[in-house]
Amino acid sequence: MVAEVTYNTAELVCISSARLLEDGKVVFAGAGLPLLAAILAQKTHAKGLTILFEGGVIGPFVEPGKLPPSTNEQRCAAHANMVLSTTDVLLLQQRGYVDYGFLGGAQVDQYGNINSSFIGDWNKPSVRLPGTGGGNDIASLSKVIVAMHHEKRRLVKKVDFITSPGYLNGGDSRKQAGLIAGGALKVVTHLAILGFDDRKGVMCLEGLQPGATVEKVQENTDFPLMVKGDLYEASPPTEEELRILHVLDPEKRYTSPRGE
Amino acid sequence: MASSYLELREKVEKKDRGLREKVKSLSEAVALIPDNVHVAIGGCHYSRTPMALIWEMIRQRKKGLTFSKSITATEGDLLLVAGTTRHIITSWFSPGVTWGVSRIMRHYVQSGEAQYEEWSHMSLGLRYRAGAMGVPFLPARSMLGSDVSKRLGHIIKEMNCPFTGEKLALIPALNPDVAIIHVQRADPYGNAQIGGFPFMDKDIALAATTVILTAEEIIDNSEIRRVPDRTDIPFLCVDAVVEAPYGCLPHECYGVYEPDFNHMDMYVKLMMEKSVDGVKEYLDKYFYAPETFDDYLGLFPVKDILKATSGARMGHGG
Repeated sequence: MVAEVTYNTAELVCISSARLLEDGKVVFAGAGLPLLAAILAQKTHAKGLTILFEGGVIGPFVEPGKLPPSTNEQRCAAHANMVLSTTDVLLLQQRGYVDYGFLGGAQVDQYGNINSSFIGDWNKPSVRLPGTGGGNDIASLSKVIVAMHHEKRRLVKKVDFITSPGYLNGGDSRKQAGLIAGGALKVVTHLAILGFDDRKGVMCLEGLQPGATVEKVQENTDFPLMVKGDLYEASPPTEEELRILHVLDPEKRYTSPRGE
Repeated sequence: MASSYLELREKVEKKDRGLREKVKSLSEAVALIPDNVHVAIGGCHYSRTPMALIWEMIRQRKKGLTFSKSITATEGDLLLVAGTTRHIITSWFSPGVTWGVSRIMRHYVQSGEAQYEEWSHMSLGLRYRAGAMGVPFLPARSMLGSDVSKRLGHIIKEMNCPFTGEKLALIPALNPDVAIIHVQRADPYGNAQIGGFPFMDKDIALAATTVILTAEEIIDNSEIRRVPDRTDIPFLCVDAVVEAPYGCLPHECYGVYEPDFNHMDMYVKLMMEKSVDGVKEYLDKYFYAPETFDDYLGLFPVKDILKATSGARMGHGG
């Protein structure tokens, strides 16, 4: 047997979501874990992955150990092909140049709607979160991958507030609202890789993270999950992936353990 | 809400648009900003923040201002605690993902004491662009179907495209009364060269009625004319130019200095641990006590400034 590789849940989510980003594609990455995972993909299997950041940058190579805490600061522009205005880089999505939007979020619901604005009633919230940033635009205009920790309070039946639209109320409600392109593509958590039923616009279980079970995933999800017939088990992070991740984020500022 | 088109034109027509010197002191420039107007802040998040102007606005005890900014960082906390504003129009509000959610933003917004009017990042950019273009709105394919647009109510509208019949969001123009923008270089007339990310600043400058620039360096007009393709903001729209080296600290200025991360960590710790009282302490020490902006900069350890400066010189370029 191979020596066991140890990793925490944030590292697992990061590596697992990085694997979804294919070489030669264009990804619009949000701050935090999406930014790190996109850079990881570039350093592993997808050397020709083009990263866009909302600060206004096309195709940078962010330097290891100098990860930017914001997607709007100069570290994001390292070795980039082009720097342009925020409005114009976001508009590239409207024109159709972006393969994946890549976001985090406080809550996601069964239709892939993301909340990063309010916990509770928006008029009297228990927590006012930072807000959409470019999230609403990314989710409106591109196919979206969401990376997050898997908890019942995070994978909810209905988000408290739709900051970034998925399939809204399911069915064709997204198209009816005028959002005729893009949509929720995958949700990657430390327990599962989830996709969406094309017709219903509802989240379904596609893959299990190493050691997870359908029961455990369901237990930590606030709504009943459909399970795809060809359910697979994802392979664990490799030593090489973890090694590169630690070079990129040596202080684990983006992949700190979450109390496990 | 918005002024009529002819009113907006008239404000521009009344401006002295001649090629004249506009160099002012920080206090003279900020004196151009009345209370109770809309001020757009250039830069984004903690990048190219016109901190020197914000520092002076807080010291001049400006009141009743509405601010708009693409993404709001620690300067938003300071403007709330100082009582400069109770209404911020922005797309995201906190110091940064590794620092957590601003306790000040939560304090004022959750209690209803202040309004955080949330727009998506692109829609806010389109608002300034429509303002800069002199049109009342721009159509967009985002800000549809979400609660962000629903919460804005009548301010944002939808229509079916008269050509294709598709549903579109109509993003209304935003024409700020004042724009405050920090740039790397400007000449005495207000021709400005922005290094690195332009963010929304060209649109903000053209959308606003009054434009105040701070610059790391004031350069001669002949340097502007040598490379006119590098001018991002034309003198026509600028009303005041202030030289303010390190005028964004503790935030960054692309190619000139990175953020002072030690200072940011110190501020966030104080703000997160002691909330409003912590920020009041911070304002007393860094904003009210120093006599000049240079004295404010004097409170930053030289080694931290050197670290921030060398960080920006490695691999980014100005």
